[in-house]
Amino acid sequence: MATEQQKQKQKEYEKYVKEITPTHSLPLNMAKAFLTGGLICVIGQWILNFAKNRGLDQEMAGSWCSLILILLSVILTGLNLYPKIGKFGGAGALVPITGFANSVAASAIEYKAEGQVFGIGCKIFTIAGPVILYGIMSSWFLGLIYYILKAIGVFV
Amino acid sequence: MDYINAFWVGGLICALVQILLDKTKLMPGRVMVLLVCSGVVLSAVGIYQPLTDYAGAGASVPLLGFGQVLWKGMKKAIDKDGFIGLFTGGFTACAVGVSAALIFSYIASLVCKPKMRE
Amino acid sequence: MNLPKQQGASSVALARPVFIQSAASIAGKKEGEGPLGNCFDMICEDPLFGTDTWEAAESTMQKEAALLAIGKAGLKPEEIRMVFAGDLLAQSIASSFGIAEMGIPFYGLYGACSTMGESLSLGAMAVAAGYGDHILCATSSHFASAEKEFRYPLGYGCQRPLSSTWTVTGSGACVLAAEPPSFTTDGDAMPLRQGRFCAAVTEITAGRLVDFGLKDSLNMGGCMAPAACDTIYQHFFDFGRAPSDYDAIVTGDLGMIGQKILLDLLDKKNIDIRQIHQDCGLLIFDSHTQDTHSGGSGCGCAAVVLCAHLLPNILSGKWKRILFVPTGAMLSKVSFNEGTPVAGIAHAVVIEQKQVS
Repeated sequence: MATEQQKQKQKEYEKYVKEITPTHSLPLNMAKAFLTGGLICVIGQWILNFAKNRGLDQEMAGSWCSLILILLSVILTGLNLYPKIGKFGGAGALVPITGFANSVAASAIEYKAEGQVFGIGCKIFTIAGPVILYGIMSSWFLGLIYYILKAIGVFV
Repeated sequence: MDYINAFWVGGLICALVQILLDKTKLMPGRVMVLLVCSGVVLSAVGIYQPLTDYAGAGASVPLLGFGQVLWKGMKKAIDKDGFIGLFTGGFTACAVGVSAALIFSYIASLVCKPKMRE
Repeated sequence: MNLPKQQGASSVALARPVFIQSAASIAGKKEGEGPLGNCFDMICEDPLFGTDTWEAAESTMQKEAALLAIGKAGLKPEEIRMVFAGDLLAQSIASSFGIAEMGIPFYGLYGACSTMGESLSLGAMAVAAGYGDHILCATSSHFASAEKEFRYPLGYGCQRPLSSTWTVTGSGACVLAAEPPSFTTDGDAMPLRQGRFCAAVTEITAGRLVDFGLKDSLNMGGCMAPAACDTIYQHFFDFGRAPSDYDAIVTGDLGMIGQKILLDLLDKKNIDIRQIHQDCGLLIFDSHTQDTHSGGSGCGCAAVVLCAHLLPNILSGKWKRILFVPTGAMLSKVSFNEGTPVAGIAHAVVIEQKQVS
């Protein structure tokens, strides 16, 4: 494979390409992400407060909050508006739970043409699947540690 | 007040992730995975709960909060059911989010068509 | 007729000029709004081209472009001896399904965005060797099918870096022949001829895969520029020529970043093409108003710019001899996920104005 000299050359080229490649202004992008993400969280907070005022406990209110945000995101994806929010907001549209819902909805809509089972069925998880897998794996792994520590009496 | 806290904490998390996106060329999919796993870890070591108490939706709406939900559900299941809880906790906890995303998206796929970007 | 000649290490001087009988281009709405909007034969406002899927849309587009080119040459599909065609989709399905309906012997190609150069090279060699009187060369790309193939579903909200390019929705097709196009306008025929002037392919330089180890598939200009540099340098070397022998050197879809890298790399070899270099990706979109970032890309990009802009300029005599160098970035979703670097390739084709009796 590549020798040391080649690797050195590749590194130099990569550095050179990076130097001449323009990038989005980071402060501006961060400001947009801040604004977009912040607003989505405010909507979430409004749902939380509304649910709590109706007498729901913290956990139930949180569930309603996720549910409604996901619904909104799927609707916006269907109307082709979420890509525009994502283009403007960057991480601000990606990080909230709405970004997760967008990735599921976009895949479902796009891959419908490839059939119910191998189209939507498989590919609905194209982007969201890893999130579910590693979420479950990491919580299982830490849960296992917790379980063992509990068994040997560290936690009572 | 809780709206302001939600706004600036949620916004700040997003702005920080934007640095990650712009500076490291990490693909969005990897960033999402990273956030959920971080959420699980931060919750397990007890750092995330105080943030959620302070910022409300500002901490629970970002995917870090999804990780927190997973961890809380896992812990609760282990406390209640012991070993088998390790295998019920995760999916029970994220059931609302995942089911909602899948069900609504499936319905959307029946109604909507993919659209060209301008 | 001269003897066919291998020239230098990787070039061919064709035994006789291979005339481009006709050229047709079909483009999408966004391309139609660009600087070359008036030059295309047809602009389709419907991105689905009346079909249900992006892949079928691309097939339809390529088939229509091919039929248009055949019609403009005053021919019928059955008079075409063979087709060299390609696209960006996996297993080149847009071309195979598009051309299949016409029943013409078919060679499917994949050269990523350089495919128009590849198909012109192969087609010209086949014609020059006498293996076909009329040969069709066609390529296409479609923004939506390419996004789906290489990146994300269209509804996914994410930012495109400034180094990224916009896949052109378009298809270009040319009919090659050993005889110059006849001066006729019977029926739909619109051969590529202006008075006594025609355009012909005379020489080709086959590209090598050049890998500088770059892995960023969203900076394709950076991945392809070294290949363009290699092919252009090799071409000059093989024929003992200099940039002053050409009126224009037109690369495929390097975009703004790739163009800068190409010029810098050629500087190091003491070749300066600044005055005559153009890039199809920069010609097709207005990057300031159309938000396409580094420029246009896709194998439809070089193809439609060739058919709609370059060839007419050769006919009119603005350019007497150009070097057309479509560039391609070789990657697939799998190779990208496995962390393989993106290699570039570029095929050079010399197109000259020819005066015929």
